[in-house]
This record gives sequence, structure tokens and C-alpha cells, in this order.
Amino acid sequence: MKGSANGMRALRGGASRYSIFALARNALSYHENWQKAWRSPEPKPEYDVIIVGGGGHGLATAYYLASVHGIRNIAVVEKGWVGGGNTGRNTTIIRSNYLWDESAGIYEHALKLWEGMSQELNFNVMFSQRGVLTLAHSEHELKEMRRRVEAIRLNGIDSEVMSPAQIKQLVPIIDTNPGIRYPVMGGFIQRRGGTARHDAVAWGYARAADDLGVDIIQNCEVTGILRDGGKVTGIETNRGTIKAKKVGVVTAGHSGVVASMAGLNLPIDSRPLQALVSEPIKPCIDTVVMSNAVHMYISQSDKGELVFGAGVDSYNSYSQRGSIPTVEGLLAAAVELYPIVSRLRVLRTWGGIVDTCPDASPIISKTPVDGLYFNCGWGTGGFKATPGSGHVFADLIARDEPNAIAAPFSLKRFETGYLIDEHGAAGVAH
Amino acid sequence: MLHITCPWCGPRDDNEFHYGGEAHILRPAAPEKLSDGEWAEYLFLKQNAKGPFLERWSHSAGCRQWFNVVRNTATDEIIEIYPMGELPKSPEGIKAYEGNWRRQSAAEKNAKAGVSGT
Repeated sequence: MKGSANGMRALRGGASRYSIFALARNALSYHENWQKAWRSPEPKPEYDVIIVGGGGHGLATAYYLASVHGIRNIAVVEKGWVGGGNTGRNTTIIRSNYLWDESAGIYEHALKLWEGMSQELNFNVMFSQRGVLTLAHSEHELKEMRRRVEAIRLNGIDSEVMSPAQIKQLVPIIDTNPGIRYPVMGGFIQRRGGTARHDAVAWGYARAADDLGVDIIQNCEVTGILRDGGKVTGIETNRGTIKAKKVGVVTAGHSGVVASMAGLNLPIDSRPLQALVSEPIKPCIDTVVMSNAVHMYISQSDKGELVFGAGVDSYNSYSQRGSIPTVEGLLAAAVELYPIVSRLRVLRTWGGIVDTCPDASPIISKTPVDGLYFNCGWGTGGFKATPGSGHVFADLIARDEPNAIAAPFSLKRFETGYLIDEHGAAGVAH
Repeated sequence: MLHITCPWCGPRDDNEFHYGGEAHILRPAAPEKLSDGEWAEYLFLKQNAKGPFLERWSHSAGCRQWFNVVRNTATDEIIEIYPMGELPKSPEGIKAYEGNWRRQSAAEKNAKAGVSGT
């Protein structure tokens, strides 16, 4: 989607546009007079819509509610700071090469929005379509991959199989020796996939939403969901009661906690997902390589750090820290596949709490409570969906009816049995 | 890393163990009597508590025995370890057991009715 394809134009309000001229102008005053990217307003007594959760998905939802649906009386409440949860903890990988039609629908919708995001938000999210390569380490995996590539292409999404020789050419640091424990038998690549700067996504949506009048209220933790006769009427927070006609909850790992405030249970387990970065080195890998069999993926940030992601931890936890054996397993696989990393030091490791669903697909849904909506269950792979998730969730909230992209992801699917099983297709690594 | 005390083998690192998820989920004795919604509750909905949580672990790289654990999922503190088939005895464990929505669910009532033969 190009810039104003939604029929709206971002940044018509008070915010000055970011440009090379603004950069030059501000250089004259030593960059000390940049306008704040968004306001920090006190909560109003009442809003048309409150979005709970100021991560990428929540801010995108607020932005599209304002820009596409013309709803301006919106608040985003965030218990910590904007983008401080999983938005700031993921490994920034973006792709849309999923097996099932329903998943292809939402992730490709997101990828198309990524392609125009920096222009639309007037914020450089550093979206880099450097390709996402997934490795096969066994004959079976390779055959399954060929089948998946065809399914993906039938949905109009780019995808191609690569031989070990082609992989070696694309990723010179990889060891394609057939004698290693998990040899590289082949792989498949989505060249339109890549990475983006995760913080910039949160900041860009926050700035653009704020400019359309959305109140972004940080350090505001929801402690209760107010209801009257089966209809939502507002939220209770540590900064007082805020009334609302509609409430959209986008709180990832804490979705179950917020759901229980409204007497709801979700099919979600909250688990730590870990990542780590090495010390910065010169550019050595200019694509993203994932490996489902060994639960490891690697890319290089613009700062030069090698960014590694692990598989999800095995047990439920909200502690935002994971288990050491998971990191050990990740590093063992990394050292075997990319021998040069054995000399690197780990700069920092961290964990985020992901909301895993039984079918590894998200929930974008109405609830038994009128006016209360949930967008959760993205598990280990929500970052890539950020714009698409916000776009369809805004549509669901505005119209009280899911559109064709969102409809399959309703909570009802657990009752009807129409699950969208992406365990195999999505793999562990996201 | 969790340090889990296996009731048979003593304290070990968590990579010797296999996680079994939420404990005390009773399989309905007469599932045909449950609605689709009630069956979905049994099959898919989770307690996913933030705080004391009752869960199953197996010492899969050791004695291979299963047992129950009360663990605070907000802090990862292990509060109590107790045998399969029994209920927790710690105040946190008892509260977590009684406060779980499953105790009121149709699936659990169905299961208990089947067990007692009524």
C-alpha cells in the first residue's frame, strides 16, 4: 500500500514533517529544539475507544482507527512505556510465507503495509527487504519445504527453493559441510521478507496516532474492566477510572491477565521467548537465516551486532527471563552452522513473554462482552504482523464485525474446530 | 534456570525435566453430554495464571517420574512439590486450586460425576 492508499494522509495536525530540511534546520540549533514526537496528556474521563497496550499492535490499531475510520476520541493506555514489551524485545523479522490461506491473508496484508509504512508515517522504520531464508536439515524437511513453497506461491506470495550451493553463495559464513550434525540440505527464501527497526515502528505509529488526536497515556496500568449488563463501560487503572464505549485489548503475554478482569478465559499460555546479540562486528550476513530444526535464527543489525533468536521456553512464566539451557542450545546450533561466531562474545540477552495459542495462530476477535475486543495469541511471531494486525483490528472495533482477513481468527474457531494449525508451517523460529 | 527438586532424585537443573503444563485437568467421563463450547473449554482454554500455578513436570532425563509443582509464574519461585493424584497442601497451592475456573466448569463436573458413578 502506498502512502495515502487508505484515503487519509498522516500528519495533518501539529507535528512538523521529518525531512532532510528539518534535519538541517535543527542542526543549526544543535538538535536541541526538536518537537516532542508525541504528547503526554492526562487521561480524559471518557473515550470512544480505549486500546489497552502501547506496543506496536496497539499503537497501529489506534492509528488506523483514527486515519481510516475517522474515530479521534481514542486513548492508548500502556502500563510501562511505549514499545517496552515484546515490540522492543523481538528479533525484528518480517515475512509472509505461511502455509495456510488464512495466515497468508493476514501476514501478506501486513507485508504490503510494511512496504509503504515509512512514507505513510513520515518515520523511517528502516524496513529492509533483505530476504528471509529458512533452512532444511533433513530430506523430509526439504520435501515438506518444497510442498510449502508451492502452497505459498499459489497465494501469490514470493517463495523459492534454494540449493546448498546457492545458500553458501548468499551466506558465505554458513557451514554447508554435509558432515555436521544438522547439515544444510537446502532451504527456501522469501526475498520480500526482511527486518525493520522495532522501536521505530512503535515510535512512528505513536507519533502519527498522536498527531491525529490519539491520547497516548504511559505508566497507566489497567486493574479492572468495567461492565454493565454484559457490555463494557470503561476501565479501572492506577490513574483512576476511564470510561469508554469500546475497549480493545492488545497486551500479548498479559492477555490472560486482562481477560480474567472481564471474567474471560483464553486458550493462551504465556511463555518466555529469548533472544541475544553479539558484540558488533563488520557486516558478514546481509539476510535473515532461520532454522526450525535447531531453533535458531540469525541476522545482523545495522550496528553490526549479530542478532540471535531462540525457540520458546518450555514452561509458563511471566518473569521476562528464560532458561539458560535454551540459550545454550541456541548458541550450540549457531556455532556449528556459523563457525566464525565461536570467537564472539555475547553482549546482552533478554526475554519477552509471548502469548502462545494451541494452533500457533493469533486471536483477533469479539468476546462475549459487548464492546470488548481481543487481539492476542501472536505467540513467537507477532512483530511481522504489526501493521496488518492493527489495520484489521481497527476495522473490527470500528464496525463491530470482522472483515474477511480477520474472520478466521475469531475465538469461535476453538468451538467449531476450524483451527489454523501453523505449528509446522510457521516453525518455531519467527 | 529453574532448580527443581525431583521427589525421588533431589535437586536438578530444569533441562533434565519435561514440562507437562497445567495440572488437575480432569477428562470428562461422558464427553457426549458436553456442548461444543464446554468441550472447547476443556480442550483449549488455559488457566495461565500470573502467580501461584499448579503444573506437572516429569524428570525425563532422570527417573522419568511425573509429579506436581506449585510455582509462582511471576517470580519462578517453586513453592511446593507434591505427588500425582494428590492436591496441594501449601496455602498458595490450595488457593490456586480452588480459585481455578475449572472447578466450576461443566467438563470437570462431568468428569467428577463419572468418577463417583452418580
